[in-house]
Amino acid sequence: MSNNSKKWFSLNLGRKEKTSSGSCSCGKTSGGCGGHSNAHQMTDEAFNEAAINASIGEERTKDGFEQVFDVKMDRRSAFKKLTASLLIGAGAVSTSCSVISGDESKEKAQIDWEEQFKGNYKLMTDKEKEGTVDRLVRSYQLRTGKNISMSSKNAEEDVLFGYAFNISKCQGYMDCVNACVEENNQDRNSEMQYIRIHEMKDGKGFNFNEADDNYYHEVPAQGHFYMGTQCFHCDNPPCVEVCPVQATWREDDGLVVVDYDWCVGCRYCMAACPYDGRRFNWSKPEVPEAEINHNQHYLGNRMRKKGVMEKCTFCVQRSRAGKNPACVEACPTGARIFGNLLDPDSTIRWVLENKKVFRLKEDLGTEPKFWYFMD
Amino acid sequence: MKRFKVFGSLVKDSFDTITHGSKKYHLWMALLTFVMLAGMYCYSIQLEHGLSVTGMTDRVSWGLYISNFTFLVGVAAAAVMLVMPTYVLKDIDFKQAVLIGEGIAVAALIMCLAFVIADMGGPSVLWHMIPGIGVFNFPNSMLTWDVLVLNGYLFLNITIPFYILFRHYQGKEAKRSVYIPGAILSVFWAVAIHLVTAFLYQGLQARPFWNNALLGPRFLASAFAAGPALIILVLAIIRNFTEFKIQDKTIKKIAMVVTVAAQINLIMLISELFKEFYAPTHHSESAYYLFFGLDGKDALLPWIWTAIPLNVLATVLLTFHKLRNNFKVLFFCCFILFVAIWIEKGFGLIVPGFIPGPYGKIAEYMPTGIEIGVTLGIWALGAFVFTILAKTAIGIELGKLKYKKKS
Ligand code: SF4
Ligand code: SF4
Repeated sequence: MSNNSKKWFSLNLGRKEKTSSGSCSCGKTSGGCGGHSNAHQMTDEAFNEAAINASIGEERTKDGFEQVFDVKMDRRSAFKKLTASLLIGAGAVSTSCSVISGDESKEKAQIDWEEQFKGNYKLMTDKEKEGTVDRLVRSYQLRTGKNISMSSKNAEEDVLFGYAFNISKCQGYMDCVNACVEENNQDRNSEMQYIRIHEMKDGKGFNFNEADDNYYHEVPAQGHFYMGTQCFHCDNPPCVEVCPVQATWREDDGLVVVDYDWCVGCRYCMAACPYDGRRFNWSKPEVPEAEINHNQHYLGNRMRKKGVMEKCTFCVQRSRAGKNPACVEACPTGARIFGNLLDPDSTIRWVLENKKVFRLKEDLGTEPKFWYFMD
Repeated sequence: MKRFKVFGSLVKDSFDTITHGSKKYHLWMALLTFVMLAGMYCYSIQLEHGLSVTGMTDRVSWGLYISNFTFLVGVAAAAVMLVMPTYVLKDIDFKQAVLIGEGIAVAALIMCLAFVIADMGGPSVLWHMIPGIGVFNFPNSMLTWDVLVLNGYLFLNITIPFYILFRHYQGKEAKRSVYIPGAILSVFWAVAIHLVTAFLYQGLQARPFWNNALLGPRFLASAFAAGPALIILVLAIIRNFTEFKIQDKTIKKIAMVVTVAAQINLIMLISELFKEFYAPTHHSESAYYLFFGLDGKDALLPWIWTAIPLNVLATVLLTFHKLRNNFKVLFFCCFILFVAIWIEKGFGLIVPGFIPGPYGKIAEYMPTGIEIGVTLGIWALGAFVFTILAKTAIGIELGKLKYKKKS
């Protein structure tokens, strides 16, 4: 592929050029993005004014991480999503919270009703996103009496998240796994974990077949090395293509996310993922109240329900707030490196340019944004 | 207006027929009802506790439900093997069989949809999949294609026989110009539902066991063996228990179809085995697991080693004209062929796709009691639907059900 914006090797399988260089930031999943049909592009100009008025004209009230940056980008994605939701027609939950307070159970019922029939987050306008987030926060308050903060922050422009893993450094401590579980409110009952650490024997190469991803002994074990896997946030994600309802998609900053409320639980994406990146809620996920991370993002670590898909989001609630994912922060050996691939001064770029990096199963053409390297 | 009146009377008459019958018939329906209720009870448990009550896990995320779904798509597609010669080639032999075949197709499709719904994690938000109201990821997701073709096929298979029966009910002949285009369309459609369902799996580069060009064609071959085999068995039963005349000639012709399909299926099986075992690669591990077990994990061995000999035996027996024309042997062959293909195209196809996992992890799958309960319930539902359809259709064809003008 002769795309200049790509900073890494790509398989050329005659695929459609997916990395967009123009203004359309959602070109990656062509056809997969509702706001991306041709008809839309035609009407872009015409709709521009009205859409901006409609989406930005309103007051923004948000908790958590505020969107106080780059209004221009906001507008653009706002009108795109607005027109997309016009196309969809239904599921446009317009008012954020039309409840005249009073009877709490009535309000609860109202929220449940609106949540049940809301649209797909991917196609929502910013205002609708705020609406659903407000409802979820309020609903949590009504149910538990506790406050959470939930963000609906969109992807920033000129950001493409990537990850690198230093195989020489990892000692298999699993601190990343624990930090991930706590950060992302994963189900404690089924011991769901996004990250798997594979313990491999020295001298056998990367032999996953003989590796153990479920060890319970002191580490580092003699004669072994360790390799972590999780969702690789593929740039050409097969899981996204197969989802029948577009409940999972690639965001503009490269994160592959799931709308837990839109997922119908068919698990097709799970079958399509070559990297064991997805986890399903086979039963109702439970997290002890005291351990809940209240700092949430709609697409990230908010509470899930049974029968939906979830996965690593590179801690969208943290990464979009300018922090490192929990696993990177927790790693005591510094084996994990995270950053913006489009920023030439980032550590991740340094690693990609100076180390001999490789990715898993490159022959599948999935283009993971997760590289391995050794010192 | 008149049409509605006729329709109303048809519904009433058919209700009469299906509620009246011999003791055996009532026993059969009672049994089916009981199994359905048991299945519904199992499903209610699944709804309450989630899919964790099944044997599926993150490592093997599709199981018995999707296996049965896959197999039944094949059964549904097979009806067309009878439709074409009857409606298009004016081959009268099949005329009786074809209504039965289409009844089977309808029942199989209803079962398919039931299995898909049973497999969903969130049946309450299934409306997300309805085009127009939800978001339909068409044409990217093969699953949306499958939803379209299955429902389209269901529509075709309900309307064509309904039209014919509706005319016969009023004592008129069905107009060829009306149903022939539909019949021709359904021929192509049947191939489509099968290929699309195969593509569902074939298109996943993550699963080398499925990602193989032969999957689609082999689906077709096995379907055209298993489906008509089932039709032969059903025809045999109907011949026994009702006055509906089905000539030997008809059954023999269908047996011919079964035989050819089974032979082709066997050839493809050999080709697959050759590829997997002559020069085994990393991607042959699933096949190894299926046929020989891996690392001492061998839950599928009894299944597949039942299926393969049955398959071979049935095909060989059917190949000899003498044996095939002996109805006892024929029915036996059809039965074992049906069972063999159910195992092979259900369990033997879906489960090994996940084993070993993407990183070589071998986690086995065993369906739980609840899962089996739901599955049996859905099969009973299919049998129930079919019995109702067949009884009405036979009644009309025999002239027992007739529209009487109000006296
Ligand atoms: S690793 Fe799997 S789940 Fe993650 S983006 Fe790639 S295909 Fe999707
Ligand atoms: S499980 Fe959910 S996210 Fe995955 S394909 Fe099905 S609907 Fe889409």
